[in-house]
Amino acid sequence: MPDKTPEGTEEIPAGGVVATDPADRSAWPLWEVFVRSARGLSHVHAGSLHAPDASMALRNARDLYTRRNEGTSIWVVPAAEITASDPDSKGGFFESPQGKAYRHATYYTQSEGVPHL
Amino acid sequence: MSAQQAHLQAVGSQAAAEPITEQARRAADEARVGWERFQELIAEDKRVEPRDWMPDHYRKTLVRQVSQHAHSEIIGMQPEGNWITRAPSLKRKAVLMAKVQDEAGHGLYLYSAAETLGTSRDEMYQQLYTGKAKYSSIFNYPARTWADVGAIGWLVDGAAITNQVPLCRASYGPYGRAMVRICKEESFHQRQGWEILYTLSHGTEAQKQMAQDAVDRFYGPALQMFGPPDDESPNSQQSMAWNIKRFSNDELRQRFVDMIVPQAEALGLTLPDPDLKWNEERGHYDFGELDWDEFFSVVKGNGPLNHQRLAHYRRARDEGAWVREAAAAYAAKQDAQARETALLSA
Amino acid sequence: MSGFTSQDSATRISVGQAITPEELRSSGASADEATARYALMLGDDSLMLAQRLGAWISRAPELEEDIALGNIALDLLGHARFFLTYAGSAWGKTEDDLAYFRDEEEFRSVRLVEQDNGDFGKTIARQLIFSFYARELYSRLVDSADETLAAIADKALKEVDYHQDHAAQWVRRLGGGTEESHRRMQAGLEDVWAYVEELFVDVDPTTQLAEADIAVLPSSLREPVMQRLRTVIEEAGLTVPEVKGAYGADRTGRFSEHRGYILAEMQVLARQHPGATW
Repeated sequence: MPDKTPEGTEEIPAGGVVATDPADRSAWPLWEVFVRSARGLSHVHAGSLHAPDASMALRNARDLYTRRNEGTSIWVVPAAEITASDPDSKGGFFESPQGKAYRHATYYTQSEGVPHL
Repeated sequence: MSAQQAHLQAVGSQAAAEPITEQARRAADEARVGWERFQELIAEDKRVEPRDWMPDHYRKTLVRQVSQHAHSEIIGMQPEGNWITRAPSLKRKAVLMAKVQDEAGHGLYLYSAAETLGTSRDEMYQQLYTGKAKYSSIFNYPARTWADVGAIGWLVDGAAITNQVPLCRASYGPYGRAMVRICKEESFHQRQGWEILYTLSHGTEAQKQMAQDAVDRFYGPALQMFGPPDDESPNSQQSMAWNIKRFSNDELRQRFVDMIVPQAEALGLTLPDPDLKWNEERGHYDFGELDWDEFFSVVKGNGPLNHQRLAHYRRARDEGAWVREAAAAYAAKQDAQARETALLSA
Repeated sequence: MSGFTSQDSATRISVGQAITPEELRSSGASADEATARYALMLGDDSLMLAQRLGAWISRAPELEEDIALGNIALDLLGHARFFLTYAGSAWGKTEDDLAYFRDEEEFRSVRLVEQDNGDFGKTIARQLIFSFYARELYSRLVDSADETLAAIADKALKEVDYHQDHAAQWVRRLGGGTEESHRRMQAGLEDVWAYVEELFVDVDPTTQLAEADIAVLPSSLREPVMQRLRTVIEEAGLTVPEVKGAYGADRTGRFSEHRGYILAEMQVLARQHPGATW
C-alpha cells in the first residue's frame, strides 16, 4: 500500500480492526466522462468514474452524470489514454498567441462604420 | 500518478547522464518557479489544476479534506438508507431513494476530485475500511424515527450546504467543480427534509412530538458539524490561506444558526437551546455552549454507531468483492480476445 | 440556491417531460373494476421489486452500482405509483391506501419479485427475468385500448429497456468472469427459476381484458420472453435451469412466505399512524 497516509487519519478508533479492503485484486480503471447537454452543443467534461470496461463505463456514466437530464449524448475515455499538455507554469506553450491582436477582427479599425465588414 | 511524481521520475531517468549537482539545480529551479506560480494563483484567487506544481502539504491537506468529505457522503447513506424500506408514503420513498442515491453520487464526485491529486479511490476506500479515515461524526448517530429523516435533511444537509457553498470557490479546480455539482443537487435535500418536518409538525400530536424529538437530538450534533471552535482548530489558518476553506468554523456555525432560527419558527418547532436569542448589537443570534466532550468522544470512535457504520460498510465491500473481480476478469478476457483477433487478421 | 455559479453546460439540470403520478391522479382518468384489478397486478409487481431493490442502496458491490440499482428501483417505484394510482381511481383510493393499507392476501404480485435479494447474482437473475418480461409486456401494452394503461406503458417501456440491458450486461460478466461468479450467477438463476412460470399464467381478469385489447395476455408472453432469456443465458456460458414451476402460480399470496415480511417492514410506520399525512 502507498506510504502517503493523509495526515490526521492515523488514529484507529477503539474496536477498529486492521483489515484489508478486498479491492486489490479487482480495481476497475478510471474513465473520464464527457456529456453533451443538448443538440448543437459540444461534449463537455462532466467528471470521472470507475468501470471494468467501456460499455459499463458508458452505462455508469448515464446513471451517474445524467440523473437530472444533463445529457443527450455521452463519451467515455479511459483516463490513462488522455495526453495532456504541461500546465502553463512550465514554459511558453501558450505564449505565442499572446499579443497577436491582428488575429482578431477588433484589430482592424479603419473599416468601422462600413456596412457588412 | 501526480504531476510531481511524474516530474521526479523524469529527473530520475536522466540520473546517469547528468551530474548530481545539475539535477539538483534543475529540480530546485522547477520547484522555485512552481512555488512562485502557486503563490500567485492563490493570491489572485485563481484555481490550481491537477498538473500544476503544488506544495506537498497543500496536496496532503486537500486529499485529507476531500476524502473525508467523500467518506462522509458514503457513510451518510446509512442512517437515511435505513428508512427507504419503511418510508410512510410512496412519494416519500421515491424522494428518499433519490436522495440517498445522490449521496453515493456525491461521494463519487469527491473521490474523483481527490484522485486527481494522485491518491486512488482504492487507497481511500482502504482508509475507510480499516477505520483510519475520519468522516463526519453526525453519521454515528442513529436515525431512529421517520422525523429523523426530516431532521437530517433540514439540519445535517443544511449545515453541509452552509459549509459547501463557499467551497464552490475552493482554490483546487476539481474540488470546486465537484462542489458546484453537489450544491446544485443538494438544494433539494434540505428542502425535502424541512418539508417532512413541516408536514409532521402540522400533523397529529404524535407526529409533532416525533418532529420535536428529532430536532432536539440533531440540533447540537448538527452545529458541531462545522468542527471545533476556531481557537481549537489548528489547521484552519493554513487552509484559509490556501483558499480551501473560505470561512472559519465559528463563522459558518454562526451563519447556520442565523439561518435555521427563522426556519424553525416557520416549522412551529423549538430549538433545544435556552441561550438562543437575538443579539441586536452583533446582528446575530447568540447560542449556548455545545457539548464538546461528547463531540470529541464520538470523533474518537465512541459514538453510538461508529462500530455499526463501519461494519455495514465493510460487509458491503466484502460481499461485493467477487462481483468486482468478475467484472475485471471479464474485461481482461475480452481484451485478450480482441488482441488475438487483431493479430490473426493482421 | 445561490452563492455559486457555473456556466458549465454539463451541470445544467432540468425536470424533463414525462407523465407523473400526480398528473395521472389529477387527470381524472378512472378505471373500471376489471381494469383496476389488472393495474393492481402490474403495480404490485413493480412495487415489490422496487422495495427489494431499494434495500441494495449502500450495499452494492461498488458505488457506481449503488447508483445504477437506485435508478432502477426509482423507475420501478414510479411504475408502481402510476398503476396503483390508476387502480385506486376505481375505488376512490390513493396509491398509498393501496400500498400501505392492504393485507397480504390482497396483494397481487408474483412471487418472483418477492424473492429476497440474496447475493448480487440472485438479484441480477431476478432482474433479468423480470425486466425481459416487463419489456415484452409494455411493448404490447402501449397499444392497449385503455389510454391510461397505454400511456403508462409508454413511459415504462423506455425505462425497462435500460433495466433489461443492465441485467444482461451483468449476466454476461458474471457468467464469463471468474469461476466463482459463474457459479453464483448459475445458482442465482436456479434459485428464482421456479417462479418464472407465474409471470405467464392467465389469471382472472386478464383473459377478458385481453379479449377487449385492454390487457396483454400473460401466456402470450411466454414464448418470446423465454426465447430471449435462453439466448442471453446461453451466450453468457450459463445453463438454462431445469427447475419446475412452483405450485400456486396465481398471485394470491397464499403460497408466499416473503410477502408478509415485506409488508410488515414497508407498512409498519404508516399503520402506526392511520389517517396521518406524511
